[in-house]
Formats: sequence, structure tokens, C-alpha cells
Amino acid sequence: MIEVKEDWCKGCNICIERCPVNALEESDHLNRRGVRPPQLKQQNECNYCRLCELLCPDLALTVIPEKEEKKPMKKTNLIPVGGKRR
Amino acid sequence: MEQITTADELNKKYLRDGMWPTIFCNGCGHGVVLEYTLWALEELGWDMDKTVFASGIGCSSRLPGYINADGLHTTHGRAIAFATGIKAADPDLNIIIFTGDGDCAGIGGNHFIHAARRNIDMTVIMINNFIYGMTGGQLAPTAPLGSIATTAPYGNIENPFDICNLACALGANYVARWCVTHPYQPIKSIKEGLQKKGFSLLEFLAPCPTAYGRRNKLGDIKKHWEWYDNNTILIEDYKKIMQYGTEEEKKELKHKFQIGVFQDLQKPGFFELYGNLVNRLQIKENEPKEGKK
Ligand SMILES: Cc1ncc(C[n+]2csc(CCOP(=O)(O)OP(=O)(O)O)c2C)c(N)n1
Ligand code: SF4
Ligand code: SF4
Ligand code: SF4
Ligand SMILES: [Mg+2]
Repeated sequence: MIEVKEDWCKGCNICIERCPVNALEESDHLNRRGVRPPQLKQQNECNYCRLCELLCPDLALTVIPEKEEKKPMKKTNLIPVGGKRR
Repeated sequence: MEQITTADELNKKYLRDGMWPTIFCNGCGHGVVLEYTLWALEELGWDMDKTVFASGIGCSSRLPGYINADGLHTTHGRAIAFATGIKAADPDLNIIIFTGDGDCAGIGGNHFIHAARRNIDMTVIMINNFIYGMTGGQLAPTAPLGSIATTAPYGNIENPFDICNLACALGANYVARWCVTHPYQPIKSIKEGLQKKGFSLLEFLAPCPTAYGRRNKLGDIKKHWEWYDNNTILIEDYKKIMQYGTEEEKKELKHKFQIGVFQDLQKPGFFELYGNLVNRLQIKENEPKEGKK
């Protein structure tokens, strides 16, 4: 798994360009800076070599080998903004 | 304490959280040098309470501000002078200096020369982006011939400074040059430099897409980063080609930067010699005085 600190990513795409097995792609959403942070492709051959992590100039990537992958935590979808003002 | 294995853990341990993300431009190499240094520190297991960072002025000199450790952001070119003072006040501290090519080889050149000559115990990490990045792209003394800068609009005609060559001539204990585009050798080399007594210099060739790349038509970030792959050669390969290569192959090497470890000596550092001197004089002072009665 590749964890991306999306707000730290500046969109240089070094990770995508330099991955030896071409496992990364731009995601389909924009971060706060208006760039598309990377994501693992649906079909990928990532071997957890960690090159993307080491080269990211903004320290935004963390590679977590499959066996150590954290269990997904249940998170609420509620966001405390919006609602009607009276 | 358990060894850190992921970047996220590394970040949590070493970064000053509120300062992130950095102010560096997209594709700037400075963050990469920081990351390599942090991995080297982690592998060595150094106590961050015993490690002090110093820097001058420039984009590169902002690096200590991002690290959760004591740091001194000093005046332009003077990082090494301040760092010498820190080391003199407490020789148990480990001193790491982040500096730029302008900061270290330009305005700070004389401090650099004498610290290397005296083999002062410190590790200088000089990030060479061939330009004064922070102030908008004035020519740095390390810029290759022909480089375009705001102060060299028709191309640089001055001989570039080979700072590694200089440090070797001055007898610095450890001298190496790397580029940011490949992680493993540099991390190992930073470790060696940090552990070394006396003066260590690690020069990093790093992209500055904003002030150098754009002006010098090195292309987008991807192409700019590739420039470093195409224009550097490992010193071991360089020597082999110079010895056994064809004239054609030798000609190709001419414009390339050699990377690798240039010098690795075991001389005592300045503060070891100074400690010995103090001991010697103290013993002499305490000897029973003869003659005068
Ligand atoms: C005494 C003094 N002179 C000039 C300046 C202006 N100045 C600030 S940063 C800089 C150059 C920095 O270049 P470099 O060390 O290569 O750092 P970079 O931004 O390229 O990382 C200059 C000339 C200054 N701050 N102080
Ligand atoms: S290398 Fe880092 S900053 Fe650049 S696109 Fe990838 S995650 Fe973003
Ligand atoms: S860990 Fe290696 S293989 Fe996996 S995405 Fe990163 S660079 Fe590619
Ligand atoms: S101006 Fe150059 S050196 Fe400074 S942050 Fe931008 S890319 Fe990096
Ligand atoms: Mg510079």
C-alpha cells in the first residue's frame, strides 16, 4: 500500500516517472494545491522497493508492505461544516 | 528504541510538524537531501538532543527549520563560523551544516576553506543547484560554463568552482559528491561523513527547476531530473573509461560531473588535537617546579 499525505504533495510526478514498474498514476481528484496526488494503479506490480518514498521531494509518500498493512479503520463520513444558518 | 522502517514514522520522529509542507518549489531537490540525511541519522541512531544543525541564508539554508532539533539559521555565508563556535563550546555535540552553493562556495568561501584546512569536526552538506535560488537566479560560482542567470544573461564565461576538488586539496577527511536522483549510495555516504572525525563535505547536485532549470531550458521537472542521470558518472566508471576507453568515450566524459567518494582519510579532527594540547599543558602546569626555590 502507498500512503499519500495529499496536502504535502506538490504534483511533481517524480514518483510516477521513476517507479521502476510503472505502478503509480495521478489520482482523479485535486488536493488543496490543485494538483492530483499519486495513487497505485488498480492493476499494479508494486514490489515495495520504496524508491518513490525516498525520492519524493516533499516527503509525502509512505510505502507499507502488504503483510504489514494496517487494517482500515472505520471512520464516520460526517463532516462538521455546512448546515443551514438561521 | 525500535528502528523506524517507514517514511511516516521517520517524519513523525524528525520533522517539525507545523512547518510542513515546505516552501520549496515543485520539483526542488532540497527536500530529497533532507530525507536522505534523516534516513542516515536514523540508521546511525544518533541522539537528536546531541545533534545541532546550522545554516546560512538561501532556500537550502531553510532546511534546519523543518527538523525537530536544535538549529541555528545564521547570516549569509557564515554557517560554518557559527558552527565552529557551537562545537568549541561543547565538543560532544554533533554538528551538521546545510548550505547552498552561493552560501558555501560564494560569500562563505573563506570560512569553508579554513574549516576544511583545520579539519574542524563537522559535516557540511552543500546543495549545489548552480544558482542563487532564493534571490531569483543570480549566477553561482559553481554554475557550469554557458549557464544562463539573471547576472549572466548571455551565458557564464567564468570557470566553475569544483568544491570537492578544493576540499580534497585542503586535506578534509571526507569528501563526496552525489546527486539527488538516486538514494542508496548518498544515504550510505552521508552516514560515513557523519561518523567521520574532522571535516566532512557532502556536495549534492540538486535541481532548482524555478531559477535554474527554466532559464537554462532544461525542460519540465521530469527532463530536468533526467539531466542529472545523463550528466554525471561514478568516479570508478570514470577512471575505467579514462584508462581503457576509446577516444570517443573519453570525449563524452569531458562535460560530466564525477560523483562518488573522492577522499576518505583518518586524520584526527581539530578538537581532538586541541583537547590533547590542553591536556599536555595542564600536565606541564601541574609538574613540580624545579629551579626556583
Ligand atoms: C550579506 C548578504 N548578502 C546577500 C544576501 C542576499 N542573498 C540571500 S540568499 C542569497 C543566495 C543564496 O544562494 P544559495 O546559497 O545557492 O542558496 P539557494 O537559494 O540556491 O539554495 C543571497 C545572495 C544576503 N541575504 N546577505
Ligand atoms: S513525488 Fe511526492 S510531491 Fe511529487 S507527485 Fe509524487 S507524492 Fe507528489
Ligand atoms: S514502492 Fe517501488 S514499485 Fe511500489 S510504487 Fe513505489 S517505486 Fe513503484
Ligand atoms: S527557487 Fe530553486 S532552490 Fe529555491 S525552492 Fe525554488 S526550486 Fe528550490
Ligand atoms: Mg544555490
